[in-house]
Amino acid sequence: MRDALRFIFNGELQEITELAPHTTVLRWLRESVRATGSKEGCAEGDCGACTLIVAELKDDQICYRAINSCIALLASLDGKALITVESLSDTPESAHPVQLAMAEHHGSQCGFCTPGFIMSMVAHVQSDQPPSPRDTLAGNLCRCTGYTPILEALDSVDVQAARAHTGFMQQQLEKKLKDLNQTDDLLFSGEEGTFFSPANAASLGEFLVEQPDAQLVAGGTDVGLWVTKQGKRFNTLVAMNRVEDLRHVRELGGWLEIGAAATYSEAQVALSAWHPSLNNLLRRIGSTQIRNSGTVVGNIANGSPIGDMPPALIALGATLEIAHGDDLREVRLQDYFIDYGRQDIKPGEYLRSVRIPPMSKGNIFGSYKISKRFEQDISAVAAAFWVDVSPEGNVVNMRACFGGMAAIPKRAATVENTLMGLPWNADSARLAAEQLAQDFNPLSDWRASAEYRLKVAKNLLIKFALESQGMDLNLYHDATACSETPS
Amino acid sequence: MSRQKQFNAVGKPLAHDSSLLHTMGSARYIDDLPEPVGTLHVYIAQSPHAHAGLLSLDLEPVKRANGVVAVLSAADIPGVNDCSPVMGDDPIFATDEVLFHGQSLFAVAAENIDSARAAAALAIAEWEVRDAILDIDQALAAESFVLEDRQMGRGDVDTSLASSPETLSGLLRIGGQDHFYLEGQVAVAQCGEQDEVHVISSTQHPTEVQHNVAKMLGVADHQVTVEVRRMGGAFGGKETQGALFACVAALVARATGRPAKVRLDRDDDMRMTGKRHDFRVDYRVGFDQQGTIQALDVEQATRCGMSADLSAAIADRAMFHADNVYYLPVVQIRSKRCLTHTVSNTAFRGFGGPQGMLAMEQIIQHIATHLQLDPLEVRRRNLYGASPRDITPYDMPVTDFVADQLLTELEASSDYVARRQDIALFNAESPYQKRGLAMTPVKFGISFTTTHLNQAGALLHVYADGSVMINHGGTEMGQGLYTKVAQIVADALGVSLQRIKITSTRTDKVPNTSATAASSGTDMNGMAALNAARTIRDRLANLFAQRHDVDAQSIVFKDGQVSAGDFSETFEELVKAAYFARVSLSSTGFYATPDIHYDPVSMSGRPFYYFAYGVALSEVIIDTLTGEYRVERVDVLHDVGKSINPALDKGQVMGGFIQGMGWLTTEELWWDSSGRLRTHAPSTYKIPTAGDVPEHFNVQLWERGENTEDTVHRSKAVGEPPLMLAISVLQALQDAVMAVDQHHTPISLESPATPERVLLAVEKLQAAEQQ
Repeated sequence: MRDALRFIFNGELQEITELAPHTTVLRWLRESVRATGSKEGCAEGDCGACTLIVAELKDDQICYRAINSCIALLASLDGKALITVESLSDTPESAHPVQLAMAEHHGSQCGFCTPGFIMSMVAHVQSDQPPSPRDTLAGNLCRCTGYTPILEALDSVDVQAARAHTGFMQQQLEKKLKDLNQTDDLLFSGEEGTFFSPANAASLGEFLVEQPDAQLVAGGTDVGLWVTKQGKRFNTLVAMNRVEDLRHVRELGGWLEIGAAATYSEAQVALSAWHPSLNNLLRRIGSTQIRNSGTVVGNIANGSPIGDMPPALIALGATLEIAHGDDLREVRLQDYFIDYGRQDIKPGEYLRSVRIPPMSKGNIFGSYKISKRFEQDISAVAAAFWVDVSPEGNVVNMRACFGGMAAIPKRAATVENTLMGLPWNADSARLAAEQLAQDFNPLSDWRASAEYRLKVAKNLLIKFALESQGMDLNLYHDATACSETPS
Repeated sequence: MSRQKQFNAVGKPLAHDSSLLHTMGSARYIDDLPEPVGTLHVYIAQSPHAHAGLLSLDLEPVKRANGVVAVLSAADIPGVNDCSPVMGDDPIFATDEVLFHGQSLFAVAAENIDSARAAAALAIAEWEVRDAILDIDQALAAESFVLEDRQMGRGDVDTSLASSPETLSGLLRIGGQDHFYLEGQVAVAQCGEQDEVHVISSTQHPTEVQHNVAKMLGVADHQVTVEVRRMGGAFGGKETQGALFACVAALVARATGRPAKVRLDRDDDMRMTGKRHDFRVDYRVGFDQQGTIQALDVEQATRCGMSADLSAAIADRAMFHADNVYYLPVVQIRSKRCLTHTVSNTAFRGFGGPQGMLAMEQIIQHIATHLQLDPLEVRRRNLYGASPRDITPYDMPVTDFVADQLLTELEASSDYVARRQDIALFNAESPYQKRGLAMTPVKFGISFTTTHLNQAGALLHVYADGSVMINHGGTEMGQGLYTKVAQIVADALGVSLQRIKITSTRTDKVPNTSATAASSGTDMNGMAALNAARTIRDRLANLFAQRHDVDAQSIVFKDGQVSAGDFSETFEELVKAAYFARVSLSSTGFYATPDIHYDPVSMSGRPFYYFAYGVALSEVIIDTLTGEYRVERVDVLHDVGKSINPALDKGQVMGGFIQGMGWLTTEELWWDSSGRLRTHAPSTYKIPTAGDVPEHFNVQLWERGENTEDTVHRSKAVGEPPLMLAISVLQALQDAVMAVDQHHTPISLESPATPERVLLAVEKLQAAEQQ
């Protein structure tokens, strides 16, 4: 057991033994280190002005991820390298190619968001499989430029030259990260609380059995908000992000299993390959920065009625693996959500993984999200449909699940029953959609009125039926969309 | 940006002077500055009610809390408890009554912000909650107004409407908008000797902050120095709104003797500061079978919030833009300025102009749908033209009209006619997706309509080594004002841009300045700086003439050289000679916009020096099942006169367009029934992202543009006008929705046109069709 937090900050090893566990990376940078290049624009991971890069070794390769430092806990950096805008260049003469491109294309006006954009762009050029430029930058808000010059700047960057610029730093970094090689548990305690960062599931399980009241934090994209927005403090925080044996995304007996520590980004390729409809959904979950931190299982664990992923996973028939120490139990995901703020989980337990069953021939699936803005918005309504159609074209089985329509992600039982046995087409969908008000009585709030929620939920079922019969009604195409429906 | 010497800088697409510093994170904003030793962090406690009497307030528990150094409320203000721009109705701290949810109550100064915030929650207040008027309709019903009604126009509207072949009436609701500058409100204050105070404030209006701080402390203006190097965005949101936070910082500094910082987090910023005014516009319009307007009656009701702030000038500007580019033979424009128990609305890029103009464009589309004409046809028929069709409703002739040329050029270059046909074909074949197209023009009046504000000053020093420092009253908020002014000065002195040092805006260098607002920054400060540079140049020229016995008129300042005939010296040599000859190398410059006059009582005259023009064509696609949409293509042709810096000007056009698009599409301000703003952070308030930028976004500056008035280098103001080009997006969305019933039924899409509003509009048309 180690009691010092250790990470690399702009090339230098940092060892910290006294730290309030809730300290965010951004506050540490701006207030303790006085590195003020990273800005606070919102303190909730929505504007990207605080974006910086976290690097770590994965299969002996350095992997660079842009994250929102305003809601990331400093303690979550254990064993990793933190790279801020200050490390890219000391003088204008030595500017990084991305910085030069941004200036040459007039990509900054007021400049406040610019360092965050620069870091997203540097992570983009360092990545072997970056998302499209628009997807890369959707988590960085700019109020001045209208983005076009920034997109042009990113487009103009010579990736090889950009990588060469950081090449020297990179070689050193690789060695330093290897030297760190932290595979032990970290535990530090102080006046402001205890932070435990286990390196494996056994340690995690054991600790939680002993301290069932400890707060778990995985990506921190939710817990970080409690800190910055509600001023919440914790007696004990337990980090999931270093639990290496829960970080997997793998196929097992035809099922797809996503471990509790796997981020959205780590699961994105596998999920998109599982069904292309999920790719569109995943592109709309948070932003690149959020997906680089947030975990699929965390999005389930917090029990939110407006989580983006649960409706899709419930429609797919996913199950949850729940652990208490070494004991495991499995529940259907749809049964995990009991009521608002109440889930099927007991003290000392934690979610180990979510498992998605294979699709069979005749299965059709589609997932949808409705929000005011395409990128980086919270669902007004999320919907996902799985239908099993007989060779004759009739509905044999159906799962229609909605988010934002009730206190929990919930299936539309009446709608499903209405569809049973009917021919699978838009007319049947229209008929069944009329029953939706039997299943849901949604709220009005700032995201949508009850009237809209109900109307659009109905229409999504109709849209799914139309799309499943070959109509392309997608307004949100992505040049990098992948793979076909498995059958 | 370039390290190379840049001569003849005016007219070149040069980078923003701070561009590389921005990218490096080394451009310093106020919160980035090293904090002076002992700096206190201040949290401002806020009203939990929209309207309530404050029966008692016990701050003792706050004072006793850990880390707290001072707790200050209205009673601690030595001078006047007010930070308003004009009317004296914006208390720094509420006293016996609160008038909006989020109004400031008291300040807690502590060793760190967490302690200050935590302590603020310990106050014990007793409230008497009162009825609150929250929106325009409630205010109209209760006849709750913050300012008197205004009216402008000509002719007898009722008679003309009665005699018009066709009449229509309608109602349009237009939403507000949060500025969402990325850098929130922030100020740092530090006391000097005796009564001196130095305030670094993120403000567009250092002079007004100076006045407010002095008034609050009860000291003369000369005791207070306000400084700002750059803002992380402003858009009007830091014209008056910074004053409160600067005053609180100064008050804490005065009370404790320690430096004090007030920095708002995003939620507090959005709750506590004013926004773009929302409007309700009711109209009656009379026209002939060709769509030519004969009479128009418009009533603009706007939500001002709990105080006047700048609402008088904003509502006036909405009236001045109720015509947009169209001649209205008989017209009546009435304005109602509603008092509500919500945050006081304030300046925002366009300053009422966008709302006035949007209603006019809606009226045109209403007429076009009614007559089954292409809206572009109706637009063209009603354009300003030769006398007598050149007189605005405020009696100013439009003498520089180019909107007709812009429309014609963009119609051709954007392939409007063919695309209109393609879209009709697409819509006929597509049951669930519909496309829409709209071309809308902009005419925006340039000058502060409060005439005395149209003045600016500059201070130019040339040091003995030949380096130049320019200072002026304008502030830098990202628009590139500092860069443009440096270009103008470099050009006037014939030196390279790199020789010009731009320094932070300070009230002790240039006094009595106006806000950097009304798009006037370059027009006014550029001209003031140019006048200062000309003074220095004339002095140097006189010296050169003496030294070489040449005619001063024949001397040329160019490429770092001063020459006449065979004689030539470098700028440095001549400056050095001037120093030894005891010639002053420092000068002020001043500018007052000429020829403008305006009678606020009759609302007539020439409030504007000139007009800026632009045209945009937007194409959208909507999903009639969900109301979601994409803006697929936008073509813009905008007149910036002779551009001083085409790169910066284009940046303003693109940025303004996207900001306007956000206002009309996804940026929804949502208050609950108790008057709490629930969209107070980017998680709930959605400005456009990179993904929302039209896939094809073609922006052209009009090559033939040249200001007919004698502005600085014949350029035109560009800050605000492009925002209104985005009206084309709303009109295109409306066009797409109306395709649901083949444009038989006119609709009035409320803005912001969220997917919800689009779907509800679609379903309304579908339901009507089925009946």
